[in-house]
Amino acid sequence: MLRFLAFRLSRSLLTLVLVVTFAFVVLRLSGDPALIIMSPDAPPEAVAAFRRSWGLDDPLWMQYLRYFTAILHGDLGNSMRDGRSAIALVGERIPATLALTLPALALKLGLGIPAGIYAALHRNSFADRAVMLLAVAGFTVPSFVLGLLLVLVFAVQLGWLPSGGQDTWMHAILPVITLGMGGAAVLARFTRSAMLEVLGQPYMRTALAKGVPWHVAVRRHALPNAAIPTVTIVGFMVGSLLAGAVVVESVFSWPGVGRLLVVAVANRDLAVVQCILLLVAATMITANLVVDLLYGVLDPRLRMGAREAA
Amino acid sequence: MSAPLLEAEGLVRRYTMRRGWLGRPVEVRALDGVSLTLERGRTLGLVGESGCGKSTTGRLVLGVEKPDEGAVRFEGAPLPPPGTAGWRALRARMQMVYQDPLGALDRRLTIGAQVAEPLEIHRLGADAEKVAALLRSVGLRPDHADRYPHELSGGQRQRAVLARALATDPALLVCDEPISALDVSIQAQVMNLLAEVQAARGISLLFISHDLRAVRQVSHRVAVMYLGRIVEEGEPDAVLHDPAHPYAQALVSAIPHPGRRGRRIVLQGDPPNPAARPTGCAFHPRCPVASARCVAETPALKPRPGDGRRVACHVAQGEIPAGQGIAAPQLREAA
Amino acid sequence: MAGPLVEIRDLTVSFDGIPALRGVDLAVGRGEAVALVGESGCGKSVTWLAALGLLPGKARVSGSVRLEGAELLGAAPATLDRVRGGRIAMIFQDPASSLNPVHRIGRQITEALRLHRGMDGAAAREEARRLLDRVGMPDARRRLEAYPHELSGGQNQRVMIAMALAGQPELLVADEPTTALDVTIQAQILELLQEIRRDTGMALVLVSHDLGVVAETCERVCVMYAGRIVEETAAERLFTGPAHPYAQGLLAALPPMHGPRRPLAAIPGGVPEPWAMPPGCPFAPRCPKAAAACDAGVPALGAVSPGHRAACIRPFAPAAAPVRAPELQPA
Repeated sequence: MLRFLAFRLSRSLLTLVLVVTFAFVVLRLSGDPALIIMSPDAPPEAVAAFRRSWGLDDPLWMQYLRYFTAILHGDLGNSMRDGRSAIALVGERIPATLALTLPALALKLGLGIPAGIYAALHRNSFADRAVMLLAVAGFTVPSFVLGLLLVLVFAVQLGWLPSGGQDTWMHAILPVITLGMGGAAVLARFTRSAMLEVLGQPYMRTALAKGVPWHVAVRRHALPNAAIPTVTIVGFMVGSLLAGAVVVESVFSWPGVGRLLVVAVANRDLAVVQCILLLVAATMITANLVVDLLYGVLDPRLRMGAREAA
Repeated sequence: MSAPLLEAEGLVRRYTMRRGWLGRPVEVRALDGVSLTLERGRTLGLVGESGCGKSTTGRLVLGVEKPDEGAVRFEGAPLPPPGTAGWRALRARMQMVYQDPLGALDRRLTIGAQVAEPLEIHRLGADAEKVAALLRSVGLRPDHADRYPHELSGGQRQRAVLARALATDPALLVCDEPISALDVSIQAQVMNLLAEVQAARGISLLFISHDLRAVRQVSHRVAVMYLGRIVEEGEPDAVLHDPAHPYAQALVSAIPHPGRRGRRIVLQGDPPNPAARPTGCAFHPRCPVASARCVAETPALKPRPGDGRRVACHVAQGEIPAGQGIAAPQLREAA
Repeated sequence: MAGPLVEIRDLTVSFDGIPALRGVDLAVGRGEAVALVGESGCGKSVTWLAALGLLPGKARVSGSVRLEGAELLGAAPATLDRVRGGRIAMIFQDPASSLNPVHRIGRQITEALRLHRGMDGAAAREEARRLLDRVGMPDARRRLEAYPHELSGGQNQRVMIAMALAGQPELLVADEPTTALDVTIQAQILELLQEIRRDTGMALVLVSHDLGVVAETCERVCVMYAGRIVEETAAERLFTGPAHPYAQGLLAALPPMHGPRRPLAAIPGGVPEPWAMPPGCPFAPRCPKAAAACDAGVPALGAVSPGHRAACIRPFAPAAAPVRAPELQPA
C-alpha cells in the first residue's frame, strides 16, 4: 500500500512539474506581457523599466529557474496587473466557483445515475428511450449554447430568473443547470451501459437462481459491480470542480476562477494563469488518486497485496 | 532417411508476471526443457491440462516466440529469428489453426478474400480457381468464397480456417485445440478432414488438445505434458492403454466412459500453478506414489528399461519402489 | 405412488419470435439422476432456465412446469424466489464468472442460508464453513474470507455447489458443470456430485454435451435436438442400443479409445437454423435413413420398448442397423 502511494505521489509530482513548465513556456512564447499591460503608446523607457522590475529581460531559463524556486517556497508570484499575490487573487474566487460547481455536481450525480439505472432496468421501454434521447441531446449541445438558450427562455422571455451576476441564489440557478445537464447526460449513458453489462453477467443469474429477489439482486449484486466503471467518470467530474466552469462563468458573468482565468490569459498575467493551472492540475491529480484508491475498495480483484489464497 | 521435419531441443520459456497490481515480479516457467521430434507426414499429439505449456510449445515451434534456451530445427536447419526475411519465408511452410474459428477470421472480409490473403502475402498468385480448389479440398463449396464468417456454421468456419492455412502448401500445421469449440458431431468431421488433408498432402501435424480421445484418433505419437515438461511419450495406444506415468494414468482414468462406474483415480488438488513450481518432480504433490526422492530430484524423460517407453518418473523407471504420496503441507492453489 | 417431483409439459420458448424450445415433456422423480444431452442450441439449458423463470424478459415461455403439482410458470415472484435455491438449486458452466467478483465467498453462501433457512450471523457462518468442508474445500474456514478470483476454477465450482446445497434442495440442476474445467478436475467434481446425491438423496439433472460425463453420472438420459427431446431411455440402453439416428450418430462420432483407428462416422451437415427448420423431422436432412415420409410431420416421442422412447418414424431395428457401441470396459 505504501509502495503504491509513494509511486503514485511521485508520478503526480512529475505531472505537476510538467504542467508548470509547459504553462511557463507557452505563456512566455505567446506574447510580451509588458506590451499588453502597458498601453501601446507608453514610452520605451517605461516598458523597459516594467520588464526589468518583473525580471522579464533575463534569459528564459533564468526566469524559469527563479519561478520554479519560488514555487518550491510556496510563492506563486504576484499579478502583473495589480501587484497582489496570485494565490490571494485566485483564492478569493474559489468560493464563487464552488458555489456553481458543487450544486452542479450534485445535479449530475442525483440526476444522471438514477436515470441511467432506471433506463437499464427498463431496457427498451419508453422511459429508456426518452432518457437516452435526452442524454444524447444533453451532451451534444455545447454548454454555451445551452446557457444562452436558458437565458433567452427564462431570463429574457419569461423574466423568471436573472441572466447574469452573483447577487442572490436565484442567480446561480441557470448556470448550475447549464453546468449540470451535460454531466448528467454523460453519467446517465455511462451508468446505463455499465448496468446493462452487469445485468447480463452470469453472477446475476446465479443470484436469482439462489432465490434472491430481483430488487435485492439489483441492489446487492448489480450496483456494486456497476459502480466500478462509473467511478472513473465521477472522479473526472470531481477533478474538474475548479476548472469546469470557464465557459459558463463567462456566459453568466459569474466572478469565479474560470472568468479570472479568461481575463488573466487575455492580459498575459503570467502568475495568475500559472497559479490557476497549477491549482487545476492539483485537483485533477488528487481526484485521480482518490479514484484509484476507490477502485481498490470497490473491486477486490484490484486490491493491493490481495491475500495469497494458500 | 532424411532429417525429421521438426526437432525441438531443450526448449525453455520464462515469463515474468506481476501478482496483483504492483506485486513483486515472479518468474513463471511456462516451458522447462521440452524436446520433441516430428517426422514428415506424421502427427504428434500434445496433451495436458491448462497451464502445462502445450500452447507455448506450439508458439515456440512456429518461431512466433523465441525460446529462452534450447533450439528449434525445421527441415534440418535452425529457425531464423522472428521478423527476418528468412523467417517470413519459412512461415509459409508452417501454419497455425486455432481453437476459435470465429476469432481467427476477420468478420469484415469474405471467406474467399481471407483464403486468398496468404497467397498474396507470399506472392503465390491468388486467382479464384486456386481459392476454389482450396475450399473444395476442405469440403466447402466454391460459392462459400463469397460468404462472410458469420454466415457459416462453426464447422464450416474451421474448414475455412484450414483452407487458409493450407493455401501456402505448408509442411507443418500446428493445431491448437482445433476442435474444442465445436459440437461433438462437428468435431468428428474436422478430425476426419485433418486425416484426409494429411494423407493427401503429406503434412505433419502438431495436434494440441486436452481431449485424449481426439488425440488418439489423429496422432501417430503422443506426448503428455505437465507443468512445462513432457512426462511421457510414445505410441498412442501404448500411452493411452497402459500409461506409465502416474499423471498420465490419472488423465486416462479421468476420461468419462459410458458404462464405467467408480474405479477411477481422482487426483487431489488443483492443476498446478506454473508460478509456484514444486521442487523435484513437479507432479509430486498430487502423486499417489511419490516418495522422498521425488521431492528432491527431477526425473529425466528417458526410455524405461524393459519396453523402452519414454517416461519421466522415478517410480515408473523402477529406480525406487512406489511410495505413499507426499502429504504436501499445504497444496499451492492456482490463483 | 406419488407423482414426479418436477413435471414439464409441452414447454416452448421463443426469443423475438424465433423458437428455441419446441415442446418439451420431461419428468424428474425424487432422487433420480436425469441427463439432458445435446449440442449447442438444442435447448437443453433453456429448458431449465425457462422452468425456473431465469430467462431474460424478451423470452416467450408457454406450457407447464409443475413442482409436486404446483405450477411454476407464471407463479408469483415471491413463490419463485422460495423455489429457486430452495427446493430447486442450479449451478452453471463457468464457475468463475458465476460468482459475484466483489463479494466474499462466505457472504455469497450465507446469503442463500439466510434466504432459505433463516440463518444469520455466527450460525450462518458456521454452516457455510460446514458446507465448504462438505464439498471438499481445503481450509474451509479461511476460504470464507476469499474472493472468487483468489480461487481456481475447480474450487469456484465447489463454492457454487456449496451455495446450491445451502437451501437443502430436492433437485440440483447442473448446467454443464464441468465443461470449463480440466479433465482431472472434472473427475473430482463429478465424484463430488455423486457423493452428495448418495448422502442426501437429492435428485440431479445434468445438462451436458458430453456423452461420457452423462453416462457415468445419470440413470436416465434425454437426448435433445433442435428444441425437442428425440430420445429418452436408461443410460446403459442409450449406449448399447440407441434408437434415434441422431443418438446413434452422436455415439458413432465419438472417437473410440480402443480398436483400430478408422475415419469417424461423422454426422454430415450441421444443425438447422431455428428460423429455417425442415418441414418434418428436424434431423431428416442429416439422417442416413431419411425417407420421404420423414418430411410429412414432426415425429412424436413414441415408445420403442418399455422405458425407451424415441421421436422417429423408423426407430432402431437391431438387425438392420448395427451400431458400434463404444467400449464399455474401463481402460
